[in-house]
Amino acid sequence: MSENSLAIRKFSDLANPTRFLALADRLLPWLAGLTAVFFVVGLWLSFATEGDYQQGETVRIMYVHVPAAWLSMMCYSVMALAALGTLVWRHPLADVSSRAAAPIGACFTFLALVTGSLWGKPMWGTWWVWDARLTSVFVLFLMYLGLMALNRAIDDPARSSKVSAVLVLVGFVNIPIIKFSVEWWNTLHQPASVMRLDGPTIDPEFLWPLIVMAVAFTLLFFTLHIAAMRNEILRRRVTALRRLAARSAGRGARTK
Amino acid sequence: MMSHAAYVFTSYGIATLTVLGLIGWVVLDGRARRRELAELEASGIRRRSAEPASGETR
Repeated sequence: MSENSLAIRKFSDLANPTRFLALADRLLPWLAGLTAVFFVVGLWLSFATEGDYQQGETVRIMYVHVPAAWLSMMCYSVMALAALGTLVWRHPLADVSSRAAAPIGACFTFLALVTGSLWGKPMWGTWWVWDARLTSVFVLFLMYLGLMALNRAIDDPARSSKVSAVLVLVGFVNIPIIKFSVEWWNTLHQPASVMRLDGPTIDPEFLWPLIVMAVAFTLLFFTLHIAAMRNEILRRRVTALRRLAARSAGRGARTK
Repeated sequence: MMSHAAYVFTSYGIATLTVLGLIGWVVLDGRARRRELAELEASGIRRRSAEPASGETR
């Protein structure tokens, strides 16, 4: 068997929820441990490094704000990929993945908004402005809440998955808008200083804690996402079993 | 007007609470679902694939 088809088989093996659960149980302790290690180092660096000569101590807010903002966009991108998985490949775990990611993404977006506001007050002199960056991230937050509400409103995943996937894909247009809002429009929010084609323009003193915290937040996201996917699979099993129980109880009543 | 340190600690405080809340929700949700599955299994309701001799070839 060629290496390629082996890789494809491995990937489609994951489509079996039982195998996914086994893999999740094996992976989660390691992922959680690694996340904790990165957070310890990241938090230590966040407070051990020097403050900014202009911003003073408030620069430390960046080590939470920026990773949370990155993750809020990455989470939505994961959901968009999952939506493609639902619509194009009909991967059975794609809808599970998308549904499990929404509350996590909402939390990261909330964090990005709140910490941004707490950074804006001392640095800009205002908690909030309706500039393009802040507004587009606020729209992202509303989209997460909307998707969560939709997923709850339609009980049957078989019916909600397609509607939800189409909505996720339509909403994906917001992600490049968020990313490039600081270049396309005149915003109070600063333009990118790390993810730039010409390399980061940020001082290494701030870059290191930022990178470690970004890795920690990314690991946290994957740990929580896999655990939430496992919960969602279990939830669907419970629903299916209850339906089965109700059906067999009905059949039992008729034969009596 | 708060001091700069107060803004920093409020940010980290809210971040910690949010992340702990998220972790707590995921853990408790998982436990509740496992308990429900165990209860269903205890009352004799099993998934077809989990039943012995269900004829599944794997």
